[in-house]
Amino acid sequence: MPEPARTADQRAATTVAAFPGAQLPQTSVKAPPFIRIEHVTKRFGTFTAVSDVTLEIQKGEIFSLLGGSGCGKTTLLRVLAGFEAPTEGRVFIDGQDMTDLPPYERPVNMMFQSYALFPHMTVEKNVAYGLKHEDMTGAQRAERVREMLDLVQLTEFAQRKPHQISGGQRQRVALARALAKQPKLLLLDEPLAALDKKLREHTQFELMEIQEKTGTTFIVVTHDQEEAMTLSSRLAVMDKGRIMQIGTATDVYEYPNSRFVAGFIGSINFFEATVRTTGAETAEVEVPDLGGNVTARAIPGLAPGQPITLAVRPEKVHLARKRHDLPNTFPGTVQSLAYFGKDSLYRIVLPSGHVMLVNSVNARRAGEHERVADWEDAVFLSFDPAAAILLKD
Amino acid sequence: MAGAHTDTSLQRWFNRKGWINVTIAAPYVWLVLFFLLPFVIVIAMSFATRTPTAPPFSFGGEHPVLNTAHYARLFQDDLYIRAYLTSIANAGLATLLCLLIGYPMALGLTRVSPAWRNILLMLVILPFWTSFLLRVYAWIGLMGTNSWFNKLLTASWNWLVPTDWALRSIPMMNTNFAVVLVMVYSYLPFMILPLYANLEKLDRTLDEASMDLGSRPFRVFLDITLPLSVPGIIAGGLLVFIPASGELIIPSLVGNAGQPMIGRVISDEFASARDWPMASAVSVALLMLLVVPIMLYTHFEGKSHEKRKEGA
Repeated sequence: MPEPARTADQRAATTVAAFPGAQLPQTSVKAPPFIRIEHVTKRFGTFTAVSDVTLEIQKGEIFSLLGGSGCGKTTLLRVLAGFEAPTEGRVFIDGQDMTDLPPYERPVNMMFQSYALFPHMTVEKNVAYGLKHEDMTGAQRAERVREMLDLVQLTEFAQRKPHQISGGQRQRVALARALAKQPKLLLLDEPLAALDKKLREHTQFELMEIQEKTGTTFIVVTHDQEEAMTLSSRLAVMDKGRIMQIGTATDVYEYPNSRFVAGFIGSINFFEATVRTTGAETAEVEVPDLGGNVTARAIPGLAPGQPITLAVRPEKVHLARKRHDLPNTFPGTVQSLAYFGKDSLYRIVLPSGHVMLVNSVNARRAGEHERVADWEDAVFLSFDPAAAILLKD
Repeated sequence: MAGAHTDTSLQRWFNRKGWINVTIAAPYVWLVLFFLLPFVIVIAMSFATRTPTAPPFSFGGEHPVLNTAHYARLFQDDLYIRAYLTSIANAGLATLLCLLIGYPMALGLTRVSPAWRNILLMLVILPFWTSFLLRVYAWIGLMGTNSWFNKLLTASWNWLVPTDWALRSIPMMNTNFAVVLVMVYSYLPFMILPLYANLEKLDRTLDEASMDLGSRPFRVFLDITLPLSVPGIIAGGLLVFIPASGELIIPSLVGNAGQPMIGRVISDEFASARDWPMASAVSVALLMLLVVPIMLYTHFEGKSHEKRKEGA
């Protein structure tokens, strides 16, 4: 967050009048789930787009569905919106079974990836569109539209047509239109994908701010891991129609439960390993590519002799020219390095020929020849047992 | 296929400014040669005077060089005004019916699977493979009082209405009803095809967005599909209305001779009465009355649509 944390009172003061029920995000696991997706499967012919997904989302969360293209995240979103009927399973929102309701009867609105603004209507008419069917007076409707345009700072563009405003402004119109009906759940399909990088970062925080002001529960579909990690309170990583892992950004990044999740989020080094000894806290695994044994944080259900994958994030590896007496220290040679300014990425060749990526922050202001290590240098790399992740699959 | 770096010398040669101008000029040359020039001749002829010579008109001499008598006659003889009104009424009704029948068909074409779409599109175009005249004659056969079609309709009518309204047959031939019926039949593809082209391009996400915001399917149609298909409706409407308003063959073969359409009047003036200047004046007036307002309208409408597209 770009600003210092605010107290609950300050936060509450910023809520929008249109959302009297606006609440702080409740991430407490004990609260009854606001949205419950129960064993949802969606098949198109012989192709299974979503496979037995069960998911619980709390009120006021920003929840991200993260995955590559074709992983089923958009299909799941469309099932929530009511555009696709699940082949199996049920969807509950706020305790109500939504599975058989058509889109126009669900308290759910969607912000489309293409924004889908009505080209023949002004910005104002676009935002007012969903209110036509609401039970409210003309004055109330006008007031709501004004408030929504105010929320996304587009009041002065009210009379423009969508083709007369910029891409970023269109994105905000789409958001205002989707929020105007005060949905219980807002679905966002790749909300930032159509914006350029700079605008994307800015809009990301804007989106979080608006979510906080309105207290609406957001489900965001994205293929961009950084976006998912910054935006969301929790995220689900999907692959081939299945949910691979659900958790906070930290959970998923630091404690991946599978090779897929570890490799999908951020970059990581994988090694084939065999379990030697297991303890309560740590386990000892033999890693031929590193040329020795590694002490790693233990995971349940390990048995000596079991083949396993060792994973180490590049930024968790320490590089030094001299050997220090640290656990998990191995020799290597710098094959190449890429200097990014704030950090550098090293490719280290191990004696086995295996290449390991190491990311090192350039904390000191150093000249060309004073770096931690240079091309062709013999170095020692080491990593903490806590940084060594063991993965069964 | 060919990017900037892979341009062949042939392409470079073709891309030189001269050739581009030729390509752009070709349709204009065509229009000038085969529309503007003949039309100027027709306008000129409308100010000439009918003579018993060959060609049967002359300028000047004992007659005024600019003879406006034919235009004056358009307003004096109510034959012309009635013919214009009959034409507009018949063509307008035919256009409206084509729209009502063609719109659901065009919309249906966009909603079926690609395999079905090709078959159905083929079926829309299929009647063109038979001679137009043959198809009109087929309708004459169907509409005659002794045809099975007429008998079937008569029987249905008699079954539906009280006995004192009963008919021995339905008089269809030589009525405006017959003219409109055959025009709708003949021009329907000209309505369906431009409408289909327009509807097929519409972004279906807009329908979903509308539905997501609380609209039932019919409301989605009224709010989204219909307004966005206005260019297609205009294009299809013009493709039906303009030729229908000047239609000659259909009213001649199945229409009421007592209520001629303007095409019939022009043809009669030209061929039977050999009054070329009068025929020309009627034609010019038809163009001014119907086509010029339509052309101006589409010109400005087209511009506003272009702008909309550029922005999007």
